[in-house]
Amino acid sequence: MADSHASQYGLAHHFSSMEQQREAGTIGMWIFLLTELMFFGGMFLVYAIFRTTYPAGFEQGSHLLSVKLGGLNTIVLIVSSVTMAMAVYYSQIGEKKRLVGMLSVTLVLGLVFLVVKYFEYREKFEHHLFPAMGFYAPDAEHLALQYHQQVRVFLWIYFAMTGLHALHMIIGAGMLLVLILMAHKGRFTTSYNSPVEICGLYWHFVDIVWIFLFPLLYLTGYHLTGH
Amino acid sequence: MSDHTEHHIVSPKIYFAIFGALMVFTAITVAVARFDLASVWGPLNIIVAMTVATIKATLVVLYFMHVRYSSKLTQVIVIAGLFWLLIMLVLTIADYVARTGWPTPLGQV
Repeated sequence: MADSHASQYGLAHHFSSMEQQREAGTIGMWIFLLTELMFFGGMFLVYAIFRTTYPAGFEQGSHLLSVKLGGLNTIVLIVSSVTMAMAVYYSQIGEKKRLVGMLSVTLVLGLVFLVVKYFEYREKFEHHLFPAMGFYAPDAEHLALQYHQQVRVFLWIYFAMTGLHALHMIIGAGMLLVLILMAHKGRFTTSYNSPVEICGLYWHFVDIVWIFLFPLLYLTGYHLTGH
Repeated sequence: MSDHTEHHIVSPKIYFAIFGALMVFTAITVAVARFDLASVWGPLNIIVAMTVATIKATLVVLYFMHVRYSSKLTQVIVIAGLFWLLIMLVLTIADYVARTGWPTPLGQV
C-alpha cells in the first residue's frame, strides 16, 4: 500500500482527502446537534405551553431565581465560547501551547459555571423550593399561597431544563479534558484538527441553549423586583 | 461537482467583535426585563427577550460555529434542522390554541 494517502497524518482510510474527512465530521456533528435541538426544543415547547397556561405563576417562579447569578453564568458561558473559538483558531494555525491554554481556560470557565449552578441549586433546596420528593414547602416570605402549585410547575421546568443543560456542560467538560490531553501530546496539526472544531460546535450549541434559558427562566419575573 | 471550499480560518478579530455584540445584547435583554412592558402591549416583554436571544444565537451559529463559512451542504442541513424544529413547535402550539378551554383557568393545578 504505497500510496500517498497512507502517509497523510490523521486521515482515516475510508476518506479520500483531509477535506472530505473534515466535511464529513462537521456534518456528522451538525446532525447530532440537530437531534439535540429537537430534544431541547421539546422542553422549550413544554415551557411555552405551561407559561401560557400559568403566566402569573411563571412570573412569581422566575422572581425566585437570582438574576445576578444567572447573569454571571451567562457572561461566563459567552466568554467560554470565545475562548473555545480561539482554541479552534490556534489549532488551525498550529500553535500548540496557546491551543492547550485556550482549551484549559474554556474548561475552567465551564467548571465555574457548574459551581455557580451548584450554589443556586443548594439555595433552592435550603428554602424547600425543589418541587419534588417531598421537598416542596415554600414559606410565606418566598411565595404567596395562591401561587404555590403554579410555581411548582415552573420549578419543575426550571430544574429539568437547567439540569439537562448542566449535564451537557459536564459532558462538554469531559470532552475538553480529553482534547487538552490530546493537544498536549501534540496530536493536532494544521491539517488535522477536526476533534477541536467538532467539540467546539458542541460547546457553542450548549451556549446557545443557555442564551434562551436565561431570559425565559431568570428574566421573566425580573420586573417584579424592579419597582 | 464537489463543493470545494478551501477551509476558512476565521480571524480572532471577528471573534472579539462577536463577543462584544453578545455582551451588548445581554445587557440590553437584562435592562429591558426590568420594565413591565405589558402596559404597552401584553406580550412585548417576551417578544423583546426572544428577539434578542435569537439574534445572539444567530451570531454564535454564523461566526463561532462557522456556518457562514461552511459548505452549502452544511448550511442546508442546519436550515433543514431549524425547519423541523419549527414544524414541531408550530403544529403543537396550533393544536393547543385550537382547543376549547385552553389556557386552563388559573389556580387549577
